[in-house]
Amino acid sequence: MEDSNVERFSASTPKPRIGIDGGDDNKNWRRRVNGVEVSVPIVCGSIAFFRGKKAKEYRTHNWTVYVRGATNEDLGVVIRKVIFHLHPSFKSPTRVVDSPPFTLSECGWGEFKIDITIFFHADACERKLELSHLLKLNPEIYSGPQSPNVPVVTESYNEIVFPDPFECFLSRVINHPAVHVPKLPEGFNLPPPGDAGDESYYKMKKGDTKDHPLSHWFSKFSEADELFKLTATRQKVYAACLPFVQADIAELKRQLVMVDVQPEQF
Amino acid sequence: MGGTDAKDILGLPKTPLSLTQEKKSRPQKESHRKPDGISREVYALTGGVAPLMPSIDVTHLKRPPPHDEKVAWQWLPVKSSARKDDLQLYHWVRVVNDVPPTGDYSFAKYNKSVDVLKYTDDEYENHLTDPVSVWTKEETDQLFELCERFDLRFTVIADRFPLSRTVEELKDRYYSVTRALLRARAQSPAELANHPLIKEPYDMTRDRERKRALSMVLSQSRHQEKKDAEILAEAKRITEMRLAARRAAEPDVPANENIGSVSPSSNSQLPATAVAPSTLTMADYASTLASLRMLHVYLRTYGLEQMVQAASSAVGLRTIKRVEQTLQDLGVNLKPKVPTKTVCDEHLELRKEILTLLNLQKQYKESEGSSHREGTYAAMPDTPKDRVFASEPFSFGAERPIKKEPKRKGPGRRSDTPSPAHKRPRKLKASDL
Repeated sequence: MEDSNVERFSASTPKPRIGIDGGDDNKNWRRRVNGVEVSVPIVCGSIAFFRGKKAKEYRTHNWTVYVRGATNEDLGVVIRKVIFHLHPSFKSPTRVVDSPPFTLSECGWGEFKIDITIFFHADACERKLELSHLLKLNPEIYSGPQSPNVPVVTESYNEIVFPDPFECFLSRVINHPAVHVPKLPEGFNLPPPGDAGDESYYKMKKGDTKDHPLSHWFSKFSEADELFKLTATRQKVYAACLPFVQADIAELKRQLVMVDVQPEQF
Repeated sequence: MGGTDAKDILGLPKTPLSLTQEKKSRPQKESHRKPDGISREVYALTGGVAPLMPSIDVTHLKRPPPHDEKVAWQWLPVKSSARKDDLQLYHWVRVVNDVPPTGDYSFAKYNKSVDVLKYTDDEYENHLTDPVSVWTKEETDQLFELCERFDLRFTVIADRFPLSRTVEELKDRYYSVTRALLRARAQSPAELANHPLIKEPYDMTRDRERKRALSMVLSQSRHQEKKDAEILAEAKRITEMRLAARRAAEPDVPANENIGSVSPSSNSQLPATAVAPSTLTMADYASTLASLRMLHVYLRTYGLEQMVQAASSAVGLRTIKRVEQTLQDLGVNLKPKVPTKTVCDEHLELRKEILTLLNLQKQYKESEGSSHREGTYAAMPDTPKDRVFASEPFSFGAERPIKKEPKRKGPGRRSDTPSPAHKRPRKLKASDL
């Protein structure tokens, strides 16, 4: 291996620097920032209500599928449009939502996998991102007839990661609540947003989901519990290995004694 | 009805509306009509359904012969341009309307032969004498005569050659003579440039090597074959990842990383297997990170999957299953429910640590079986850096009685350490991981 540094490998990113990684042209606005990872926490989910008395054979549930910010902030700052690919039995199953909030409501009877394609603004990324969501209409465990007032909510947390964002993109979103940008190092100078600072990326209509009619069904995702569990488990694993390390040290000391060398303090 | 009661007990939804949408479209009703022209049994062979595309036009099948033609078969003499002698042969010929078929024997065109060059004595003396003086003129003449007779079938020629020479030697002599002849006769070197014998000259040693390698591959055991395939796949993957890492790291430098071709011989060891797996995994991580960065955008869950795969790449499937089982036993989600950056990093680290631990447990079990009786401690001192944990079977959380075997206690044993290790496991090398 190239570097003989056997330090514990960590997934932390190297020191940020402006990379000349701008692709074909080296113009300022296409320069990428290496080492600053922009992430957008999102929740992809669906909420389905049983229609109760109004239910017909092929229209039993009203459901909504969506991609929202994890804290319900406006994703329009990063996402240009979202395409939901519905089951072919729906009329024009390719549904395009080109302004936030990126939600789609429909009426149906069946559960199926919805493929979701996310398109970003040009200064963020030219590639699209694919994910999928399994639409659930019925609760996992049967507990009596479904009430039209209690929906079936399925949500999953994820993060969109831009590992080396464009300079212009970074400066545009750095203070936006929907976007998480790590603390930049001292003396790191970003050019001002320039003409992208105008409201062209922000629609006049509110794009966040804080006051969405379904918002009180949204789950809150906190990393605290999972993080706590993981660190506690790591400590357990480490603690379980400690006796061996002690035995190792003991053995080494013993060996050194046998070889008539002063044992060092480990 | 009993069905709904059973469902109630089981807790299954009773509403028939929970069918998945996929079930809605039913398979097409089978057509019971068969097309004309083929028998019922043959049609049933195809599954009883008409093919999606018409494969054979039905009218082509079982056409009754046209009525205006009169076909007879006759025993007739036959002439072939391929035969140079006067031998008269006969065979059955399809005669239509009393007119026998015209033209040459249909297979005569396949009688091809090789253009073996003929040299004069002068040419031989000027250009073709063997510098190493193994080949005399008579031998060369005989060789060429056999080549012409047997159309360059060297195995046959080798059989019939009066002196015993290997096939490769014969080939070498023939091709070098022909090459020298071509060069001597050519007006200008340019017109020869595209001649196959000039462009790719015969190399005797390479031919020998190639045949030897082939025979080794043929005689490989199945076990060896599997191992070789695994190693090749591993090497290919490593090359690709390193290539990706290089390209990402140095965009200006052309990435011409070349691990080199691997000879599938049972004796040679691939350098990759000699490299410590820990450094291999570091390269894997770096390459995975590089390839993720090249995507410019990805989902955190996807990134974690890739890193987990990289971590598991060097180990077998069973070990991966054990890691996952351990995670489950500890109450940790196999895929984090809230995959933030910190959570994913922690998850990855935990997996790696469990992997190390399991390896050590396995090693301890193995060494317990082998060096158990000896009562001696492992000979070489090793650096603490190599050993992360010594191995000892244990279980999480539960109090387990420490196994003490009286015969293990040797002289000089330090009794003040609370260590449960009653025997020295053999030295762990990095290659054991």
